[in-house]
Amino acid sequence: MDPVDIGLWGVPLAILGGAIRVSTPFIFVSLGECLTERSGRINLGLEGTLVFGAMSGYAMAYETGSPFIGVLAAAVAGMLFGLFHGWICKFEGVNDIAVGIAMMLFGMGLAFFLGKPYIQPVAPDLPAIGFGWWSDIPQVRAALQVNVLFIAGGILALVMAWMFRSTRVGLVVRVVGDSTDAARAIGLNPDVVRLLATGAGGALAGVGGAYLSLYYPGSWSEGISSGQGLMAVALVIFARWNPINCFWAALLFGGAGALGPALQSVGVSEGYYLFFAAPYVLTLGLLILTSSPDRAMQGAPLALSLTK
Amino acid sequence: MNTPKSLNRRRFLGTTAASLAAASLGGLSARPAVAQTALTVGFIYVGPKDDFGYNQAHAEGAAAVKAMEGVTVLEEENVPESQDVQNTMESMINFDGAQLLFPTSFGYFNPHILEVAPKYPDIRFEHAGGLWTPENPANIGSYFGYIGMGQYLNGIAAGHATASKKIGFVAAKPIPQVLNNINSFLLGARTVDPSITCQVIFTGEWSMAVKEAEATNALADQGSDVITCHVDGPKGVCETAVSRGAYVCGYHADQSPLAGDLYLTGAEWNWAGIYTDMVAKTQAGEPIDNFVRGGLAEGFIKMSPLGPAVSDAARAQFEATRAEIEAGGFAAIKGPLNDNRGNVIAAAGEAFVETDIALESMDYLVEGVLGSTR
Repeated sequence: MDPVDIGLWGVPLAILGGAIRVSTPFIFVSLGECLTERSGRINLGLEGTLVFGAMSGYAMAYETGSPFIGVLAAAVAGMLFGLFHGWICKFEGVNDIAVGIAMMLFGMGLAFFLGKPYIQPVAPDLPAIGFGWWSDIPQVRAALQVNVLFIAGGILALVMAWMFRSTRVGLVVRVVGDSTDAARAIGLNPDVVRLLATGAGGALAGVGGAYLSLYYPGSWSEGISSGQGLMAVALVIFARWNPINCFWAALLFGGAGALGPALQSVGVSEGYYLFFAAPYVLTLGLLILTSSPDRAMQGAPLALSLTK
Repeated sequence: MNTPKSLNRRRFLGTTAASLAAASLGGLSARPAVAQTALTVGFIYVGPKDDFGYNQAHAEGAAAVKAMEGVTVLEEENVPESQDVQNTMESMINFDGAQLLFPTSFGYFNPHILEVAPKYPDIRFEHAGGLWTPENPANIGSYFGYIGMGQYLNGIAAGHATASKKIGFVAAKPIPQVLNNINSFLLGARTVDPSITCQVIFTGEWSMAVKEAEATNALADQGSDVITCHVDGPKGVCETAVSRGAYVCGYHADQSPLAGDLYLTGAEWNWAGIYTDMVAKTQAGEPIDNFVRGGLAEGFIKMSPLGPAVSDAARAQFEATRAEIEAGGFAAIKGPLNDNRGNVIAAAGEAFVETDIALESMDYLVEGVLGSTR
């Protein structure tokens, strides 16, 4: 099918397509971090987990020929990183932020080291579902190629929100996150809850990494992540620890990231460095607009080292 | 990183060799002979050395040097264009005894090589793409290939293949080499059909996987059906272009394994010959020119084999132009030619041949390129 001249419509289309293509790693990492932070701990190492997930997912998909086994491997690897972080942090006097930074560097270094042989081979990609069948325009069809992980991320956000609101597991995580003493008083073991929450958060970040290497841009290289893991941690604060908001924040961030290339492609070519900063400017602007000294930390788990 | 162990071993071997040589030959005359047998050469890359791109091309050259006798090759990857590269250069010199350095990324030259080189007048710094001038220290050399000619040939293949008359270029930064590639790509295509336009998208960084993929998608959305690039690792651009059904012209290294039947051809570096030549000259104690340039004829660059989608007409024009370039004195930038803001670049009859030094400070995009250098 020949491409149709869509002119300026390319910009909104690119924002939509970009939101769908680019946001998935943000969704998974921010949901993972949301879970971890709701249990009262910060894991800044998710950037390293993301990169390691990208590497291990790609490597396993290549070795086994199945991208889904790759995703599973990335989740397991991410979980191990999360459990390791959670285990170290239970010791007295250990700062979770410092450990997170160490884990980030460790994860990236280990991924670069083990990932060397997998830069050149081509692994199978994750499948996408075409939601653009109703359109004759190939650009629309391309933009509406929705990856299965994106859909899974959306469902996961809903499930997690429901979990926090209406389930016992959600309540346990929230209690531990809000007061270590209260949790102990009702017979919960905060260390175990946080260990599991950090492990699960790491697994989600690993899946986010697998999306990068197995779908978009779809190959493993050392430059695969440009700070998505770190930005996703910031998005959790922006989303005020609410899983549904994490999903929207990730979409917004992905869509804004598509603005730079799309504007250049329709002829707005001067000052592209400025447009590339759009996601950050947008996030900053929204934070300022929605900020208020009274509820700056609204929704923040009380046992978080940020709020202490 | 290199461990103190290798340092000790190397020093041990060096001193043993020196004392043996001194014992057998006697006196100071043995010293050049020692230098000849034990040369340490350092290669510094801005990214991973198997990126299907810029760094891989240099690493293939380094691999050829490794096979030479009496040469120890040091390599360090992922060194940013910052104070980091100065530290890497100094540690290669002071701890590993490197006598010849190849810091290969464009941004290493100014200010980093220019700051470190005066401190080590006996060490040779060879830089790819920097514009050495006689005011710069004499122990710095710059070498480069006229790869713009390769992009011109890419453009000819692209001009025959495009149906939409729109071709696309994903570019990192608007530096002269990149601009020359973009301009050459379009001018090559325009020899087929003067109505062809080239859309360029700058990503602002040498290696940004997601942004490069987004840029490729944006090009495809606007109808570009042949896409090439100038970023460090063309893997993401190739795979995204293929997923959108666009033809690919390669860059830096051969990407045909990634693009399959949609691969037209590619402009590749061929550093092995230059590197082994420079190392051999250093071993022999001969001087290396401070300013080394070469093109297709000199074997500095080469073209990927033409893909199955290249038509017979395209093949004929491609081969004829390649022969013309190899004969020397070829000019892609020739009058009458304006830039895309309407300024005159070359009047009728005026031409900038591939070797013209003026092309290395190019700061314009020619008419027909949709994009801006700012």
